[in-house]
Amino acid sequence: MPSFAIETENLSKEYPHGFLHLKKKTSLEGLTMQVEEGEAFGLLGPNGAGKSTTIKLLMGIIFPTAGNARILGRPASDVSMHRDIGYLPEQPYFYDYLTAAEVLDYFARFHGFGVAERAERVRQMLKKVGLETAGKIQLRKYSKGMLQRVGLAQAILHDPKLVILDEPMSGLDPVGRREVRDIILELKNAGKTILFSTHILPDAETLCDRVGVIAGGKLVGTGAPDSIVGVKATGIEILFELPEGGTLPETIRAKAIRAGAGYRMNVDEGQLYKAMDELRVAAARIVAVTQIKPTLEDFFMGLVGKDRAQAAAVEVSGK
Amino acid sequence: MNRVLIVARNTFREAVRDRVLYNLVFFALLMIASAVVVGQISMDIETVVMISLGLSAISLIGLLIAVFTGVGLVSKEIDKRTLHAVLAKPLRRWEFLIGKFAGLAATLAVNTAAMAAGLFLALWLVKHSVVRGDAVVLVAVYFILLKLMLVVALAMLFSCFTSPLLAILFTGGLYVAGLFVAELRSLQVTTLSQQTQKFFAVISYILPNFSNYDVMGAAAHGRPIAGALVLHNTLYTALYCAMVLAGAAMIFSRKDLK
Repeated sequence: MPSFAIETENLSKEYPHGFLHLKKKTSLEGLTMQVEEGEAFGLLGPNGAGKSTTIKLLMGIIFPTAGNARILGRPASDVSMHRDIGYLPEQPYFYDYLTAAEVLDYFARFHGFGVAERAERVRQMLKKVGLETAGKIQLRKYSKGMLQRVGLAQAILHDPKLVILDEPMSGLDPVGRREVRDIILELKNAGKTILFSTHILPDAETLCDRVGVIAGGKLVGTGAPDSIVGVKATGIEILFELPEGGTLPETIRAKAIRAGAGYRMNVDEGQLYKAMDELRVAAARIVAVTQIKPTLEDFFMGLVGKDRAQAAAVEVSGK
Repeated sequence: MNRVLIVARNTFREAVRDRVLYNLVFFALLMIASAVVVGQISMDIETVVMISLGLSAISLIGLLIAVFTGVGLVSKEIDKRTLHAVLAKPLRRWEFLIGKFAGLAATLAVNTAAMAAGLFLALWLVKHSVVRGDAVVLVAVYFILLKLMLVVALAMLFSCFTSPLLAILFTGGLYVAGLFVAELRSLQVTTLSQQTQKFFAVISYILPNFSNYDVMGAAAHGRPIAGALVLHNTLYTALYCAMVLAGAAMIFSRKDLK
């Protein structure tokens, strides 16, 4: 039986709003999910879906209206378990008047490290996130991307068992994103449990063992990135080239589109042999035949579209 | 306890780097200017004027720092979301709150001590001597510091559940009301019913009694201050701060941060 690093049961969060706070806005509704120890779990969803709300509830930054959460076998309200958790807030912000080295030293003190160990860990972390030359500059002079790196450094400084990262790639340039992705992979290889929210779907596909998709405050699916979008092919893509002076057969002219020196054509699985026969007659050179599978992005976009359509329907009906 | 000290140390560092202690320069200039002017225009009352002026400046500057910095201690951390990373450490919210209080209290203590030193220097410039009787000025400075602690605690309490602007107004309002506690207790107005008078009497015991800390007159004229009052004010401040901070911690511990 797997042991869970994170378990939530019917976790819900409502915010009062409107005049006299009489109305309620639901940010998260009945979230029940588990993250196994040692796995990398990605929380996906559009803006305002409830990803950050979930993470803030887990970290005790906000409190649930209903339900409960357990982290590393303890209630989320028990801060002593924060010893084993590293947390990177969304768009992290630290004390302007401190340098990166000072802010890391400040955070390291809470974990009870001695002077020498603190200094060594701070040095290592600054190096790991590529800030070794900027460690003595006050954070007020840091860019958003540099602050993100400091945030990551403070999250993993104490070698936690569980790392929770809220939009870790946010604000980073491609190089920074690559470096952060490498750090996450390193943590994963070291057996850490990782929960992170992201908008960047290729990162989720690369890094996650499982993903959970949240939309409209509800968890709409969990599973391996492949399984959640479905493994069934939606069609076949044929790449081909025509001999010099060759013409496209009439039957496939409407389906084929120019792609570099050749053509690309999408057909249903049942139409594959017929299309291949026609291409053979036209003396076409087949470059590649591949199954078309939906990507996480397709799934995500479908979900967002559905979500927005629902929201619009509610708005129109005035409910 | 250690975690409280970590937060306190950082709060002190924040105050120093945010140039809170720069007010000392202003105070020093004020004292030097006063010493020169008072030395020229006063006849035998230089000491009284200098002490009154010095203590008033210490109190006013301290109050401004206590109210504005006190309100910002928590609200700034919530607004800027610096708290998110801090509370992800093994640190309870009440420990954070007490640490913040202790940090600002330490800043005010250093600030007040430096201003007191400046006041004594100005006195020496005017009188060319500092006598044992001047020690009563130190007691007055100590009372100002106690008063500032209480103001910080109140500012922190209000900032835990309302906006910074309202917290400043509430703290300022309560301070002014607290200056008239003695009058409220001895209110003998025939037009008020007995019940209303009783109500005001009860209120006067709930309000922080800031009038107790005012010994400026005694200090300026070199009159001794009773040891019992020193003990009373010390215990009163400790108890009142403890109650206010406990209330603040209860509210802050259940507060949703943005």
